[in-house]
Amino acid sequence: MTLFFPSLRNKPAAAIAATFFVAAVLIAAPFIVGTMGNAGVRALAFAALYVMLALGLNIVVGFAGLLDLGYIAFYAVGAYMYALLASPHLTSNFPALAAMFPQGFHNSIWMVIPLGAAVAAFFGVVLGAPVLKLRGDYLAIVTLGFGEIIRIFLNNLNAPLNLTNGPQGITLIDPVKIAGVSLARTLDLGFVKLPSVYLYYYLFLILTVITIIVCIRLQDSRLGRAWMAIREDDIAAKAMGINVRNVKLLAFALGATFGGVSGTMFAAFQGFVSPESFSLMESIIVLAMVVLGGLGHIPGVILGAVLLSLFPELLRHTVVPVQEQLFGRIIIDAEVLRMMLYGLAMVVIMLYRPKGLWPAPEHGVNPSTRDGAKAGASG
Amino acid sequence: MSAAAGDAPVLRAAGVNKRFGGLQALADVGVTIRRGQIYGLIGPNGAGKTTFFNVLTGLYTPDSGSFELGGKPYSPSEPHKVAEAGIARTFQNIRLFPEMTALENVMVGRHVRTRATALGAVLRTPSQRAEEKAIRARALELLDYVGIRRYADFQARTLAYGDQRRLEIARALATDPKLLALDEPAAGMNATEKLSLRELLSHIRSDGTTILLIEHDVKLVMGLCDRVTVLDYGKIIAEGTPAEVQRNSAVIVAYLGGAQTATGQPAAQAVP
Repeated sequence: MTLFFPSLRNKPAAAIAATFFVAAVLIAAPFIVGTMGNAGVRALAFAALYVMLALGLNIVVGFAGLLDLGYIAFYAVGAYMYALLASPHLTSNFPALAAMFPQGFHNSIWMVIPLGAAVAAFFGVVLGAPVLKLRGDYLAIVTLGFGEIIRIFLNNLNAPLNLTNGPQGITLIDPVKIAGVSLARTLDLGFVKLPSVYLYYYLFLILTVITIIVCIRLQDSRLGRAWMAIREDDIAAKAMGINVRNVKLLAFALGATFGGVSGTMFAAFQGFVSPESFSLMESIIVLAMVVLGGLGHIPGVILGAVLLSLFPELLRHTVVPVQEQLFGRIIIDAEVLRMMLYGLAMVVIMLYRPKGLWPAPEHGVNPSTRDGAKAGASG
Repeated sequence: MSAAAGDAPVLRAAGVNKRFGGLQALADVGVTIRRGQIYGLIGPNGAGKTTFFNVLTGLYTPDSGSFELGGKPYSPSEPHKVAEAGIARTFQNIRLFPEMTALENVMVGRHVRTRATALGAVLRTPSQRAEEKAIRARALELLDYVGIRRYADFQARTLAYGDQRRLEIARALATDPKLLALDEPAAGMNATEKLSLRELLSHIRSDGTTILLIEHDVKLVMGLCDRVTVLDYGKIIAEGTPAEVQRNSAVIVAYLGGAQTATGQPAAQAVP
């Protein structure tokens, strides 16, 4: 339990209590939010997906210091992976496949999640390999291009072979089925009825917790230290025997894995995917979550993802009614206001909290300003 | 001095050439460093000391030259392979991982001698945990060894200058080097700090680690080194014990310029 609360390392009882408290809040959350309708629970489920995405991107940008502006491509790869393997799209377009699979494609989520992760990791390496020597702005531009290439491919791969159905997207995607229980239907447990969104929320919550554990463990490992070393000074890292090429590729691959898994979940949850969900703006928003929360600091990244994913939902439900109340008509559209406030938030954060809302804690003070430290240092 | 003769040299480099455009930065340079020595490499500015150092550690590719480490040939092609082969270096302008703690900096040094994979870390396998524990223990031991254990949890950038130097040496020692290569470790240090650096280096030597020292500070080199090579304009102009080198007229000319050698006088000043 102290894994989640490193500041309570010396108080295991407090750490267990804190973990149970947070768990209780997260489990109860849909019932509290759900009193105002399912839209709120849906927003919570999306918040969990974004936490996964942001933590995956944090491996690349926060830990290894590689600025990636095309991260959403891996989300797209995962989503289309699931869409193709769990919808009638392929069988209805390719008679040969239909003959081989008369029931159509209905692959189990347990097969598609690892496959989505693996394919995304492969794309991570495909992106990583040619950009190993690039840094900073140059890297950002190439990754941005990569993200757009994937989206444009998805948009245009409906001819000559209809692989992705182009801008219309793929529909009729199977919902997640776990042990015969479809998450698309309300689950009646006897004492409580759980609607579909609740079930998805809990599934995403479990995956998010797994993601958090994996990230924390990676951070405190030999590999995590190697990532931070190349972020801080890659020449010194090389001189210490770190194979910078392999370590960077691993960062791209592992970061992409989380993107791929959240993509499969997104496709299953929506039942529909189309290229417009994977625009450059999405990449930028996920990056904003990481930077605004606290680059490289897991709790900060989670906070950033939750804030930035719930905030637009909140606006959508308040801006219009408030304006109607005040002025009797809508002056500013919620979407316009959202972008304005995003921009404002970015400027304010960069001015007053350049390391993010919840940055990694500072360790130690400058010994030269401390009493007697200088004498002690050279003695 | 325990300049042991007989056994295979820790490092042997011979016939090293490096040219930058029209400038012959290194011309047929070679050194032989024996186990347990502190080997000094000195020379005026632009003599090629750092170039030679960067060639040895894989940062520059030499035009020609043969290299042997602990009796086995190695090719200084990539820096991380050089570290794995057993040469650990420090940098003239300290290059720590500033946001990481002192302890983490040294733990990074253990990277090359440990094997845990990403999967091992995610699953926290028993072998990964044991290895992690050993890394931490060794890193703390090394911080203690260089005398900055009390700053283990401080971010590297918050340490005082002299302590940053010590931390860099601890990080290099963490790679279990056959040869510890120090690029101007005394640069920017005051007299007290130099004295304590000198103590630390003799301590490291007496514990069996061989050191290659590139240094500007003639006093430090002459007082500490077992053997010295003097470079000037990319060529070796003298090689021998500090006492021999100090008497060498070519060295005196290189350092003072001109032919009018004030016999003994400058060399006497250089003696500690």
